Amino acid sequence: MRFSGLRVITEALRGNKSWTPHWRNPEPKAHYDAIVIGGGGHGLATAFYLAENHGLRNVAVLEKGYLGSGNIGRNTTIVRANYGLPGNSEFYSHSLKLWEGMEGALNYNVMHSQRGIINLFHSDGQRDAYARRGNAMINQGDDAFLLDREGVRKILPYLDFDNTRFPIYGGLYHPRGGTARHDAVAWGYARGADKRGVDLIQNCEVTGIDVDNGKVVGVQTTRGAIRAPKVGIVVAGRSSQVAAMAGMRLPIESHILQAFVTEGLKPVIDHVVTFGAGHFYISQSDKGGLVFGGDLDYYASYAQRGNLPIAEHVIEAGMTLMPMIGKAKLLRSWGGIMDMSPDGSPIIDKTHIDGLYLNCGWCYGGFKAVPASGWCMAHLMATDTPHEVARGYRLDRFATGRGLMDEEGTGSQHNLH
Amino acid sequence: MRITCPNCGQRDLREFTYMGHAVALNRPAADADLAQWDDYLHNRDNPAGPTDELWYHGAGCTAWLKVRRDTVTHVISDAWLVMPPSKGVK
Repeated sequence: MRFSGLRVITEALRGNKSWTPHWRNPEPKAHYDAIVIGGGGHGLATAFYLAENHGLRNVAVLEKGYLGSGNIGRNTTIVRANYGLPGNSEFYSHSLKLWEGMEGALNYNVMHSQRGIINLFHSDGQRDAYARRGNAMINQGDDAFLLDREGVRKILPYLDFDNTRFPIYGGLYHPRGGTARHDAVAWGYARGADKRGVDLIQNCEVTGIDVDNGKVVGVQTTRGAIRAPKVGIVVAGRSSQVAAMAGMRLPIESHILQAFVTEGLKPVIDHVVTFGAGHFYISQSDKGGLVFGGDLDYYASYAQRGNLPIAEHVIEAGMTLMPMIGKAKLLRSWGGIMDMSPDGSPIIDKTHIDGLYLNCGWCYGGFKAVPASGWCMAHLMATDTPHEVARGYRLDRFATGRGLMDEEGTGSQHNLH
Repeated sequence: MRITCPNCGQRDLREFTYMGHAVALNRPAADADLAQWDDYLHNRDNPAGPTDELWYHGAGCTAWLKVRRDTVTHVISDAWLVMPPSKGVK
């Protein structure tokens, strides 16, 4: 079934009776050429690109719950390519280009909206840091404009520019940044992978990874053993548990990141606005809810809910920046499990076991990375060599100290990012 | 979350700072090999369940605590002093 404007109109006239399910619900086969553990955004994108770019179609995605039930199903949906360090810069630049072609490639409306991102700054030092970051983005071939105070006022007139503690000096404007409909990204990649022959196996929890003579031979699951010569672990949020099945201890600590949504409002915030100094960022969803978040709770957690001190802190920061949102009623909040790596950058690499590949450590920035992560993970699994834009995401960089990607410049140990 | 500090009794989360896994108490010898240092600094069991952590009671008695906490339920079952309170702070 192909989606098109004509199809939507035809179906509407015929009572929407002939829409069909977006993907099959197959029984697991005994053998595949490759298995992807994890049916979230990154896992589904990996399976899609294994089929699309590398012709590997005898592939299974094993998901313990339902497709897209992890962080891809609950996040603040921001898409951007505003990284400063080599290694990250080219990867996120590649990802943004894939976002720009995603709807055509998937024949799926992911509601990608390039509404622009403004990172505000409040001191001369912060301005210089953003100027440097903007130059790095331009050098990478992406877009960045340094706005002064009046430039920000023109597009965001509703901010409190004269706040005593955080007067607004200006902002770094990244027009190609924006948001997308998070669920649709998972569904689009799932549908695309399924159409190319990939089996999406839901309610199938991996309980063991079988290794013979240093080589992966398959996995044990709640629905029986499945053989495959290549297995990719793409389960950010639960990476430590799955990697432990292969005897690995990862440089990951799981933390909680909270986010919040208000009741639906008429259009009021047209961009993504970040207030790094106060730990707050916000956008407005197409449904009208103000979607915002802040920083980690800063303790290890798998609870998928946070505590009140950070909720208060985030909301206070929001009120500091844009007092107008004070009358909006909070509809819901949630906490996601973040794979925090020591330097704040992800890992896409081979492991010490032949045929076992690892994709993890997305910290709190995995959503925008979905297409490039899938693209590069598929490249690694199919060719056994890292993709050129992901070659910095090595697992051994912490042990050797070479190639650390500490975007915030705070150090390379846990609890610093 | 509330943590029962051995010095101060039950106190609100806001008084404490998380200082990472209690693995930090097991510092390798200076001449330990690099793999041991990598394990100490970077690699973690990262369990979903009870685990031992370090918390600093900065807005209270300034003691460092070892706290047993469940990372799935946030239930805190025990806390011990790692260091005595700083001099001059009761």
